[in-house]
Parts: sequence; structure tokens; C-alpha cells
Amino acid sequence: MGTRKTKAPPPAALGRASTKKDLPDHFKNYRHVWVFIELERGQVHPVSFELLGEGRRLADQLGVQLAGVILGPPGDSTRHAVAEAFAYDADLVYLVEKPLLTDYRNESFTKALTDLVNTYKPEILLLGATTLGRDLAGSVATTLLTGLTADCTGLDVDADGSLAATRPTFGGSLLCTIYTLNCRPQMATVRPRVMRMPQRSNKPVGRVIRHDLRMLEDEIVTKVVGFLSDGQSENANLAYADVVVAGGLGLGAADNLQLLKNLAQTIGGDYGCSRPLVQKGWMAADRQIGQTGKTIRPKLYIAAGISGAVQHRVGVEGADLIVAINTDPNAPIFDFANIGVVADAVSFLPALTEVFIRRLAPGNHIRLVN
Amino acid sequence: MHIVVCIKQVPDSAQIRVHPVTNTIMRQGVPTIINPYDLFALEEALKVRDHHGGEVTVLTMGPPMAEEALRKALTYGADRAVLLTDRHFAGSDTLATSFALSQAIAQIGNSFGTPDIVFTGKQTIDGDTAQVGPGIAKRLNLVQLTYVAKITSIDLSARAITVERRSEGGTHVLKSKLPCLITMLEGTTVIRRGSLDDALRAARSEIVKWSAVEAGIEDITKCGLRGSPTVVKRVFAPTPREQKAVQIDTTEKRVRDIADELVASIFTHQPALQHELSSAGSA
Repeated sequence: MGTRKTKAPPPAALGRASTKKDLPDHFKNYRHVWVFIELERGQVHPVSFELLGEGRRLADQLGVQLAGVILGPPGDSTRHAVAEAFAYDADLVYLVEKPLLTDYRNESFTKALTDLVNTYKPEILLLGATTLGRDLAGSVATTLLTGLTADCTGLDVDADGSLAATRPTFGGSLLCTIYTLNCRPQMATVRPRVMRMPQRSNKPVGRVIRHDLRMLEDEIVTKVVGFLSDGQSENANLAYADVVVAGGLGLGAADNLQLLKNLAQTIGGDYGCSRPLVQKGWMAADRQIGQTGKTIRPKLYIAAGISGAVQHRVGVEGADLIVAINTDPNAPIFDFANIGVVADAVSFLPALTEVFIRRLAPGNHIRLVN
Repeated sequence: MHIVVCIKQVPDSAQIRVHPVTNTIMRQGVPTIINPYDLFALEEALKVRDHHGGEVTVLTMGPPMAEEALRKALTYGADRAVLLTDRHFAGSDTLATSFALSQAIAQIGNSFGTPDIVFTGKQTIDGDTAQVGPGIAKRLNLVQLTYVAKITSIDLSARAITVERRSEGGTHVLKSKLPCLITMLEGTTVIRRGSLDDALRAARSEIVKWSAVEAGIEDITKCGLRGSPTVVKRVFAPTPREQKAVQIDTTEKRVRDIADELVASIFTHQPALQHELSSAGSA
């Protein structure tokens, strides 16, 4: 972590240099890279660590510092978040500790974060594209009247130091690179699992800069009166599963989803689907995998009856091993899968499940090696 | 009460194709639809109106052809439609879009009554940013309630509203005040079929068309490309992976043998999986 490794600069400076205009004077002293550390109900969202990994790389390329921004109530969970930010290689932490930051509310968090930005002036501000991060980022960018690029899949620093934020466009069929040229900070959100989880180091401490929030509870209109947890069973954490099987239109009928679930259960994985199945109402929207659904990075991904449109591809490319089952030998999924089987998913899935049951039965795997 | 619903006309992304050689979008013949997420916002607005009385105004910003989307919204039962259309809006990013829409909403307030609730969809299917709703809320100084799965109650006399908001791993119950901006989650409600009366009314309704000036926008530099801090500098196709998938030979083989070969291939690629799967699965 934190190696000063710079990638070859992009072929042409597309950012600021291409406009031949200078950054307005009042933005020239904006420096350093910030990552908003998302803390909800005492837990740091893993996307914040993924962003610290990206932020580290950008800060090193720019030769500036990486800061974590933590807004939370006084207490152990906030302290823990500070320690974790350092463990994931932040150089410093900006901390606002107030009881009224216990629950996320747009009003208090927007004020706390914009106050910090206006005081300490970062050039880049990254947030997770979670329900919280997107709610907050939109408000903060509008308050600061700066540019915000949503759901980036690639972040880089241009030859002239501009942030080049790449994201899918046109429903995920193409990618585009977006710059915020004349405003600061340059803001971007990234969805969970899009970026690799960096190594956790044991760096215990760093500099903490405390900042006040001048706001009273009475000034906040919205009150949190309850939280209904999804529980762990039905809404499993698909994005962070190690093994995922997913189905597409090739499954033919909603009843055949059971074949998918059987395989998932056999190999201890979670299951999901491509966008058309959600549109048909066969599966809940939070099980959709792809650009507008979940991004996954499992060790094993099995796609059954999924053609592999770009919008699906961008959600699964981070998998270590992609297995595709499709009747069409020309399906685009075979262009990015590691192993392909030209077969009908409906008849193939039960056979595959059976073979896994046989090979994974206790004791069997020792005998079956080689 | 007065409710404004912001909608967007989008290309039906399921039917967008990229030219294989030039990597450009082939727009010809791609039908346009109301952004599907916006329909849930519209339906929720109509339900609130049906329950509490009042009017629903739909608003869109776009080229003149976006009138179609508004007319469609009227067939669902909206009372009034406003089209914000002006060449100055071309090239707007989310910041410039939220500026123009917030100005138009203020003008709608002047002309037809101050809105109690502004609805938007969760996001659009062409931009997918989810930023315009929060942008409008901030500019109009409205309470912002995003990813709302359910409106539990509205108390007009107390100006109070209670909603369930989707968040990571669960749902927050929020108590807030009117006026507010709500971005509505998809799949939360069944979208009505418009009545025949509404269809007839939609066909003869006059759609309010405003230019930037008519919407009360004085500073045109805050609109369109000039008002957009973000600039798209490059559009490109994803680089294909160098190696295509290793195909399991399926010619004249029993399904079980193919499956056997696939599993063997999986464990050859990732030997560690053999142990991990056997300890994780319920086999």
C-alpha cells in the first residue's frame, strides 16, 4: 500500500490542458484527496475502504495527501472508524463528532460535509454510491455548485492533474470519461465492489483534525423514528458473496429459477439475475446484477442463460472466474467469461448441481484430487 | 394540495444498439418512453392526490418531442403538463438540469399554486445518476426524502409526512415536514391503467410550453453546456478481453459428462475453490 507507483500518463491531456484556460484563482489552493467514510448504525460500509484504496492511488499520483472524512456521534463506533481509516492508509482524518450525527440525515450531513470542504478545500472528494452516499453527494455538489460524476468504474489522474472519471453511459453500452474543469472539488461516487478491496495495514494512528458543526437538533426537520432491518436471510449481501450464480432469459420460465437456487445452495453461493428478469418481475430488483443493479466480485460466478450485454458485463468483470452457460455460441458473454459451455441452462443446471453434490460430498474431494 | 412530478423522456435502453464498427449509438428507430422509474413517482403522486384532493402537475425538460411523454402522463390521470424546452438547455449536466427544473417549479408555484410535494423517480435509465432530485431539493430548499419505498402518512393540517426510506440493509422510518421532495423507489406500487376519460382529456389538453425566459430564468449562463461543471471528453467501447472463454466440448456427450468436465475445469482454474465450496455448501 502507498507505493509511489505511477502509471504511464494518459496519451493526451484531455482535461484542463485541452481547454487552454486556467483554473479560477479561488480554486487554485484546493488540494488533497478526500474519501467520505460512510458510517451507519455503527458500521463502516466496506465501499469506504475500497475508495480509500482508489484515493491512495490518486493521491500518490498527484503527490498529495489522502484524508478520510468521518461524521458520527461521539463514541466507540466513530473512534473505530477513525482507526480503520488509518489502517486503510489515510494520512489524516477530518472528524466531526456530534450526537446529532448519530443517524444519517441529509440536512446535518450536508452541512457538516460542505463546511469541511469550504474550510479545508480538497481537490477531489469521493463517496460510495450507496443510498446514503448518493443522497449526500447530490446535495453537497449542488450546495457547492461543483461537478459530480456518479457510479464511476474508473478513476485516474490526467497528465495535468485533472480527475478523469470514467463511467458507463447509454444504459451501459459505452463508457465515457468525464471531467470537472472549472470547479472544485471534483466529486465522484463509486458503487460498492466496483473497486478492489485494498490490503489492510497495521498503521495505528495518524493526524486527526476535529471540526465543529454549528447546528441544533431543532434545526433539522427530518427525524429518524425507526429502522426495520432486512435481516440476513432473504436479503443476503449479494455484492460481497464469494460465489454467485445468476440466471437470464435463457431460463425460459420463472419456475426454473429453482434450478438456480438449488445450485447456489449446493455450492454455498448467493443467486441473482440479469436485468430482463427483474423487468419481467421474476426476481426482486435488489438481486439484479449489472450496471443498474449490484456489482459483484466473487471468486466464482456462474451465469446461466445470460447473453452478457455490456450493462451486465460491467457488474461482473471483477469476478475471479466466470463460467457462462448459453445456447448461443456467439453470445457476448463468451467474450469475457473464462469457461464457456454451449448448452441449455434449463437441462444443464440440474446436471451441474448433481456433479457438485457428488464432488463436494465430505471426504470426496481428497480422493478426487487428480 | 398541489403536487409536481418531474419526468424524463428517455430512449428505451433495452433497444439501444451500438454500431459494431464506429462505436456510436444507433438512435434511429429507438422508441422513447417515460423513464420507467418516474412512473412510480407519478403513480404515488396520483394516489396522494386521490386521497387528499388537489392537483398533479407533470413537468419535463427536453426537446419539443418530449410533449409525447407529458401527454402519456396525462393519460394516467395527471391534471396539468408543463414542457420546459429551449435550445439553451442543450448539453445540461445534472447541476444545470436541477437549476432549470427548480426555476420551472418555482414558476409553476407562481402560476398554479406552491407545490406541497415534488416527486421524481429514483434515477433515470439513461443517465443513472440519481442526482437531479437532490439537486432540485437543495435549490428549492425542500426537505429531501430519497429512495422512498412507502408514504406511511400525510397530515395536511400539521404539514407532517412519514415515509419509509430504503437504506443499506433495511428501511428507515422518517418523520418530516411538507413541503418536501421525494424520490420514489421502483416496484413500490402498481401503476394504474389510465381511464378512458383521462385518455380523451389528455388528447385535447393544452400542454404549457415554457422557454427559459418564460420559466423565469434570468441567468442563462447557468443553463445548458455553459452551466454544466462536468464535461464529457471521451466516449468509447469497453476493451474486449484478450482471450475468449475456454469452451467445454459438448459434441455428442451426455449432459452429465459435460457437467463433470466443467466442474473439473473450474477446479483446475481455481484449485482453492474445491475446498471453499465443500466447506460452504450444503452438499
